[in-house]
Amino acid sequence: MADNIPFKGTQEQEQQLLEVIAKNKELPGALLPVLHEAQEIYGYLPIEVQQMVADGLGISLSEVYGVATFYSRFSLTPKGKHKISVCLGTACYVKGADKVLAEVEKKLGIKSGECTADGLFSIDSCRCVGACGLAPVMMVDEEVYGKLTPDLVGKILDKYIKEEGGNK
Amino acid sequence: MTLEELNRIKNEYKDIVKVRKVVAEESAKIAANTQYRKQVLVCGGTGCTSSGSKKVLKALEDALEENGIKDVLVVRTGCFGLCSLGPIMIVYPEGVFYSQATPEGVKRIVKEHLKEGGSVVKELLYKETVKPDGTITPLLETNFYKKQRRIALRNCGGIDPENINEYIATSGYQALAKVLLTPMSPDEVIKEVLDSGLRGRGGGGFPTGRKWMFAKASPGDIKYVCCNADEGDPGAFMDRSILEGDPQCIIEAMTIAGYAIGACRGFVYVRAEYPIAVERLKIALEQAREYGFLGENILGSGFSFDIEIRLGAGAFVCGEETALMTSIAGNRGEPRPRPPFPAVKGLFDKPTVLNNVETYANIAQIIRKGSQWYASMGTETSKGTKVFALGGKITNVGLVDIPMGTALREIIEEIGGGIPNGKKFKAAQTGGPSGGCIPAEYIDTPIDYESLTAIGSMMGSGGMIVLDEDTCMVDIAKFYLEFTVDESCGKCTPCRVGTRKLLKYLEKITLGKGEDGDIERIEALAEHMQKSSLCALGQTAPNPILSTLKFFRQEYIDHIYNGKCEAGVCKSLIRYEVIEDKCRGCTLCARNCPVKAIKGAVKQPHVIDQSKCIKCGVCQANCKFGAIRTI
Repeated sequence: MADNIPFKGTQEQEQQLLEVIAKNKELPGALLPVLHEAQEIYGYLPIEVQQMVADGLGISLSEVYGVATFYSRFSLTPKGKHKISVCLGTACYVKGADKVLAEVEKKLGIKSGECTADGLFSIDSCRCVGACGLAPVMMVDEEVYGKLTPDLVGKILDKYIKEEGGNK
Repeated sequence: MTLEELNRIKNEYKDIVKVRKVVAEESAKIAANTQYRKQVLVCGGTGCTSSGSKKVLKALEDALEENGIKDVLVVRTGCFGLCSLGPIMIVYPEGVFYSQATPEGVKRIVKEHLKEGGSVVKELLYKETVKPDGTITPLLETNFYKKQRRIALRNCGGIDPENINEYIATSGYQALAKVLLTPMSPDEVIKEVLDSGLRGRGGGGFPTGRKWMFAKASPGDIKYVCCNADEGDPGAFMDRSILEGDPQCIIEAMTIAGYAIGACRGFVYVRAEYPIAVERLKIALEQAREYGFLGENILGSGFSFDIEIRLGAGAFVCGEETALMTSIAGNRGEPRPRPPFPAVKGLFDKPTVLNNVETYANIAQIIRKGSQWYASMGTETSKGTKVFALGGKITNVGLVDIPMGTALREIIEEIGGGIPNGKKFKAAQTGGPSGGCIPAEYIDTPIDYESLTAIGSMMGSGGMIVLDEDTCMVDIAKFYLEFTVDESCGKCTPCRVGTRKLLKYLEKITLGKGEDGDIERIEALAEHMQKSSLCALGQTAPNPILSTLKFFRQEYIDHIYNGKCEAGVCKSLIRYEVIEDKCRGCTLCARNCPVKAIKGAVKQPHVIDQSKCIKCGVCQANCKFGAIRTI
């Protein structure tokens, strides 16, 4: 699905990325910090962006690709406007995080790791956001929702769906 | 910065911070020396921020202004440890504890308690701290705090982590001054750490002083000091809390380590998933540079040192030391064989010392108070205290710092407040995906490195997940294997293939398709992985299975041979049934069943059609009469 999405980077984004590369070029081990910032700029790391990073740092594309695919925080596909992240850390798991994830998937009709066709929501699972006291938790963008039940999940998502002109 | 200036700042802020170390009259007496009549501490750690402490803080500041109250100091601290009760707010000198604070509640507290002559709003206090006769127990005197000995966490929840002066007020940077200005020789510093008996708190338990000694002895002009803040064990969050609550103590310790081994640069490798910790660390680094605790010629001693932050990107294996250094160097975070050890050939191929956050959090205190002080706590071979992240089925979910050797029972029943909902304690899981479980019959086991290893678990980084009777041990083992399958870096075959094969067996067993001989095959494969994997991730990946097999073998046998999941977790092995005598025929279950599998007339016992039932459990969760059982 994601392969069909054309790269829509702007001149401005490219300029930002070139500045990041110039700033970090001499730093030992520059690749990770540059990829972090590149993902901030573009929202994900499509092959076009990886090529720019490779050219800028004077390393091969395969090296960049190898690193970008190794770490779970880097994404090669675009994420939704609202990023939903369900914690599957141990504390959340023993308190029913799997049921929370299942409810989110059911509600949005996509699986973990996917993005809805309208580009509004994407779901990921993560390992521990460190809010174990509130288990089970999920994050929608930067907001953390704790002590969840499948029921509550529905209500929280409804709020976002409504904000977006809701037709789910 | 000179020693005189350091001491001047310490004296200026000393009393403000001391007010929070004691309670009632004693605290009030100290408060009288400061310009603040009262102090309100609001937790700004990740847990409390998630439950809305920012709004509470804003409401508090607004309400104080509206009421014209100017002699109350508001401090945003790091984690107090009682995460499940957040947002947390503590008021001194009384030392009383408001839990689950809301903006509305805060307005009331300002009007009724914080204003001149006000008194505590009892209804909003954490209810466990109010006795039936109305007397109030200050937070520091509750079981949760009284039984702890907060060393690594000493400042967490007690100071403003974004204000270096408050750290200095708690004797911060006195250890660095002692090292650089006495001066102590690097060997003396290392001897002090060695004599304290401090061992690595990240999981391995290797003596910290010996690591330093090896790194110092390695030839070379360029050496590095690294801090592992890539806390990967899901369910452990002490490193995050220390960075959020007391970041300066890590900077001070790394600088001391730099002096001891002869390094002038340090790196903190921290999870990008911890934005608050990263932000506070950045602020702390700037302040430390501004005050001259980092940079050229620190305290006029001629020693120079500085620290950089590097962000991890979500790879559990990067908690392994060689993988972490490979990652800082900008590569895929894959481990490599040891030797050579990092003390000889580490970051950028130079001699390197790597310790985790909690280990560093002990260093300044060891230097300041002496190795004997530290060694007086704990057991023969495990000195000092250890921080645990209590999670799962336990009342007081949160962070605790306890002397090594404390019995598990004390942690669960007294500090942790027991198991909620009247359920029975089944086991505690320590060491995360590399560890194992401690079953109920071993609840009196003292918690130290050797005792845990002896029963097939491990200290690990300090995650302690409490499991009750509703937990299926096969399912928990499967959970950890899913984790290691995801996180295996793929470099070596025993781990890459072995973890997947183990997971396949567990999936089969939990689906009710286990076969005779599976247990034996799992055990054989596990042994190969332990012996032949490249790094600790693969070597320890079978532990969650081996440990549950050791203590809960019957559950595996039940799953495989008897088609039964006692805890009622594995859906393929259970069915729901209505207990006729208890069913009142209220029809609630039938109405809620998503597949209309429940039939029955009003006021007549209902029946579940097993051919339609999808085992979602909605009927059981909704039944008010406990009339639905799992078989």
